[in-house]
Amino acid sequence: MSTLTIPHGTQTHRYRGWVVPLLAVAVWWLASSQGWSSSGLLVSPQKVAVTAWEQVTSGQFWRAISASLARDLSGFFIGTTLGLVLGCLLGFSRLFERVVGPSFNTFKQISLFAWIPLISVWFGLGDVAKVVFLSLAALVPVVVNTCDGLRSVSPALLEVAKVYGFTRWQTITGVMLPAALPSIFTGIYLALVYSWLATIGAEYLLVSGSGIGNTLIDGSEHFMMDLVLFGMIVIGLVGWGLNLLARLFERRLQRLYGIAPR
Amino acid sequence: MPSTQSLTAQPLAPSQGNGLRLENISKHFTHAAADTQLHVLDNVQLDIAPGEFITIVGASGCGKSTLLRLILGLDEAFDGRILLDDKPITGTGLERGIVFQDHRLFPWLTVEQNVAVGLKNAPLSAAQKRDTVREHIQLVGLQDFTESYPHQISGGMAQRVAIARGLVNRPSVLLLDEPFGALDALTRTRLQRELQHIWQQEKITMVHVTHDVDEAVYLGDRVVVMQPHPGRIRRIVDIDLPRPRNRSDARFISLRDDVLSDFAELS
Repeated sequence: MSTLTIPHGTQTHRYRGWVVPLLAVAVWWLASSQGWSSSGLLVSPQKVAVTAWEQVTSGQFWRAISASLARDLSGFFIGTTLGLVLGCLLGFSRLFERVVGPSFNTFKQISLFAWIPLISVWFGLGDVAKVVFLSLAALVPVVVNTCDGLRSVSPALLEVAKVYGFTRWQTITGVMLPAALPSIFTGIYLALVYSWLATIGAEYLLVSGSGIGNTLIDGSEHFMMDLVLFGMIVIGLVGWGLNLLARLFERRLQRLYGIAPR
Repeated sequence: MPSTQSLTAQPLAPSQGNGLRLENISKHFTHAAADTQLHVLDNVQLDIAPGEFITIVGASGCGKSTLLRLILGLDEAFDGRILLDDKPITGTGLERGIVFQDHRLFPWLTVEQNVAVGLKNAPLSAAQKRDTVREHIQLVGLQDFTESYPHQISGGMAQRVAIARGLVNRPSVLLLDEPFGALDALTRTRLQRELQHIWQQEKITMVHVTHDVDEAVYLGDRVVVMQPHPGRIRRIVDIDLPRPRNRSDARFISLRDDVLSDFAELS
């Protein structure tokens, strides 16, 4: 799990975050240009930049990244939608919670990657299998956080609803959902992070078609470390971008609901 | 207080009836684990006239907050009867308002929207609701903060919003459960004065629970002194002093010391 902090404060503080990556690139560049290692597996930053340029201009990169993102987002949306439905059912209905809760709690203990063999047999190695895997990755955090959020609504606020004669529906829409919203959003946020991690996992383990994970596999199979490094950088940047989007959305939401940004 | 004119909104439940009557109220809490019964309230009897300001004072554990929850209708498992204008109460109702110790405002709603929560199910048109909400925000002097969220205002202001929310329905009884207990001394004194002013203006029956003897004597027409184990009424003290009351007045001091003496004996 990546941490979710974004540096606050002054402009100088903002730039401090660049110190480590810039130093690392400098050392890397020194190591390769000074010939500290003769291994062909240590490629220079320039080589990676050239490969990146080739990938982008030849269109291979765009094919890979669009395939990966399409998969990621479809899995994320399917998993989140199902997760919200299931989480709300578990959160609102005691009966449903008693009947389905224990099974779900057992189900979520199964490591995500343990599903791969089953999924590959049932759905093959194509896009369907990958999206199923991704949906599963997104589903669990959404269900857990939605249900927890609805369950931990302050009894004090529910009493207020009772005092003013709120109907069940008014209590759900006027108290429970708004109170649970930050928690529900945490679930969706985790789903976004997990589904991107799972996208690379799915492409790596269910090898077929194109995607940024396949770029990595190609690179490693042909000992093209420049391609591997390029793939890793892209994966990191996409993850960072998704993180940023979620943060912006969360802040908007918090402002809308009058909750101070953390 | 900025405004002195009475509110123009039509009362939902005018307090012209026979007031609030508590008949032989007893309450037990059962500890399932220890298989023991806790006797919280024992045979509490009290007649509260319409428009009266009753303060209930007692040490913690004397059942005063429990009594308020019973009147509010949040807890219906008790012995005895609670009659409001001769009718037994069932569950919660808009004719009984409440101000809790923790303001219990919805953090995702503005001051104005929080006050409007009180009118959510009131039989008024949208325009009437808007006007009534505005009047009550003015009553507690927060007209400059209608768009603020609870986390943006002070504890004292939040408690005023809670008072406005409790009053906005024009209930015949307003229950106050240690509403100033969590505030600093200066804010508490100011809000006590404002509450008294609101009561004089609105003529709503108020039942105010507190552990502060000074506050009880300052606000109440009558002070109900409760004692614990089991919770019961020790005595009722008439506070026959003109309002607004002066805390350094000799009669105020002697009445306060009189009530305080009950607690000296108890401890």
